[in-house]
Amino acid sequence: MSWLDHSKNVARLYRGLWVFGGLLVLADLVVHRHAETAFDGWFGFYGLYGFVACVALVLAAKLLRRVVMRREDYYDR
Amino acid sequence: MIGEIPAGLILVAAGFLVPLVPPALRGVLGIAAPALAFAQLVWIGSGYRLDVEAFGVTLALVRTDVLSLAFGYVFTIAAFLNGIYSWQAPRGVEQPAALIYSGSALAAIFAGDLLSLFVFWELSAVASVLVVWAGGSSRAYHAGMRYLVVQLASGMLLAAGAALRYAETGSLAFDFIGLASPGGLLLIVAFGIKCAFPLFHNWLQDAYPEASATGTVVLSAFTTKIGIYALARGFPGEEGLIYIGAAMAVFPIFFAVIENDLRRVLAYSLNNQLGFMVVGIGLGTELGLNGAVAHAFADILFKGLLFMSMGAVLLRAGSVKATDLGGLYKSMPLTTILCIVGAASISAFPLFSGFVTKSMIMASAAQEGHTVIWVLLLFASAGVFHHAGIKIPFFAFFAHDSGIRCKEAPPHMLIAMTLAAALCIGIGVAPAALYAILPLPVSYEPYTASHVLAQLQLLIFSALAFSWLMRNGIYPPELRSVNLDTDWLYRRLGLRFVEKADTALQALFAACGNATEVLGRAAKDALERLHGSQGVFARTWPAGAMGLGVMLMLLAFLLSYYIT
Repeated sequence: MSWLDHSKNVARLYRGLWVFGGLLVLADLVVHRHAETAFDGWFGFYGLYGFVACVALVLAAKLLRRVVMRREDYYDR
Repeated sequence: MIGEIPAGLILVAAGFLVPLVPPALRGVLGIAAPALAFAQLVWIGSGYRLDVEAFGVTLALVRTDVLSLAFGYVFTIAAFLNGIYSWQAPRGVEQPAALIYSGSALAAIFAGDLLSLFVFWELSAVASVLVVWAGGSSRAYHAGMRYLVVQLASGMLLAAGAALRYAETGSLAFDFIGLASPGGLLLIVAFGIKCAFPLFHNWLQDAYPEASATGTVVLSAFTTKIGIYALARGFPGEEGLIYIGAAMAVFPIFFAVIENDLRRVLAYSLNNQLGFMVVGIGLGTELGLNGAVAHAFADILFKGLLFMSMGAVLLRAGSVKATDLGGLYKSMPLTTILCIVGAASISAFPLFSGFVTKSMIMASAAQEGHTVIWVLLLFASAGVFHHAGIKIPFFAFFAHDSGIRCKEAPPHMLIAMTLAAALCIGIGVAPAALYAILPLPVSYEPYTASHVLAQLQLLIFSALAFSWLMRNGIYPPELRSVNLDTDWLYRRLGLRFVEKADTALQALFAACGNATEVLGRAAKDALERLHGSQGVFARTWPAGAMGLGVMLMLLAFLLSYYIT
């Protein structure tokens, strides 16, 4: 059994990632940001966008599966 | 002397030499030839020209400038890494074909006129299909056939465009073309097919994953980058490319999320990265063009590294399907680490190559006021981390333990991957060396606190989204499946259409046959009735009957004369 086989350790990693993400968002208060567009200078913009974009991506891909997914031997039949 | 031989032809010659030398020397040839070509490029530098007289015109067989040299360097580096990686590849057609393919791709980059470009364009298409076929399966054979048709179509469009230009302008020179000039439309489509423009893209995802463990690595480097180079040379600043590129960057990531074959996932993400480059070329600004070239350079290395790691998995575990894999980090720890370096590079983590190249294109899009494009590219950036950065290493090396226990990748593969990883990190840590060989002077500074923080936020929260979806069971499970893409149009719809048309035509022919038979029989019966032995025309008529007939006619004449 390696370290990653214990679900407790995986949960620790997961919580650690949230803490790290939180710290990065808080860093927005300290670091002066050169906004490239009108809105990317907003507090926590990149974090929020990254999270929402990925959830939207996965949900859309699940819908796409309904349309395009076929059996593995679809073209062989 | 060696300076007189075009660098690409050094590789092509080595490819033809491979079958003639003892097996022990073949691997050496595969490494020495790219090294020699690289040294030659460094030695001749920019501004070199080699003209030859052929077909009554002067052809610029070699023309080196900053743009072609940047691609030339990375092509020779990729060929060198491929030589190491495929050191112990099965000694069939693959190794010579791979050398001829890389050589003709390199020669295409340095072609100064459209005719030379066409020759090497076609040679690289034919050599590369041999690499696909070397995959050996019947799927590889059929995918290779489809791939070849598309590649040759691109070549035909290139030839037609070049001919139009020659007829109109009397020149074959390959410089800025532009859409408005004669043949421009044909040429941009020819280049676009190689770049895997949306709707022309599916040859890539169809054929590349069917090649062998080593073959796919070779294929990933060259064909699409010839297209990018040709676009950068012929159509910089063409506004339509911005929108085409943005579409290319976005749509493949949806397919990548649900694809089960991890090399096909990488093919989709290759398509997505090409989209960023096409946007950069479309912007045509100093930052955009430099970014496109820099990102092509970086992409060849990190995508090669990712394909190499999946090739090692295929070799050792016997599959690259996400449904078959998992837990391989226990058996292949070094491959795992090297794959993660590639994943971090394509995801543009700070200190890795993608961070210093992709951001140039993004920054240029924002500066030019293309806010919607910028938002889409940011979405694609988050998406690429999601499917290439996390999905590839996660499902291959972590996820649930598949129980597969195999050997670590062989030493030559590890060496090639380590060199590629070193280059990815080297570019990320010290981008100045790459910036120095870009076509235009670079004033861009990637490492600002603002940029690093923004990128880290984007990536960490993408990772959080992945973990959150995974832990809550929302993430779509890996399933054995195929996903329909534009290949469905010709693999299923087109095929069914031809089958239906065949049935319909056969029925039509049968009906025609029947009709002919019925009509023929009726005609025969009528003839027999009239001219047969008892037929009305076959009978002998007495002379009196004729006399009576004539008399009746005269009577009718007289009567009509009398009435009128």
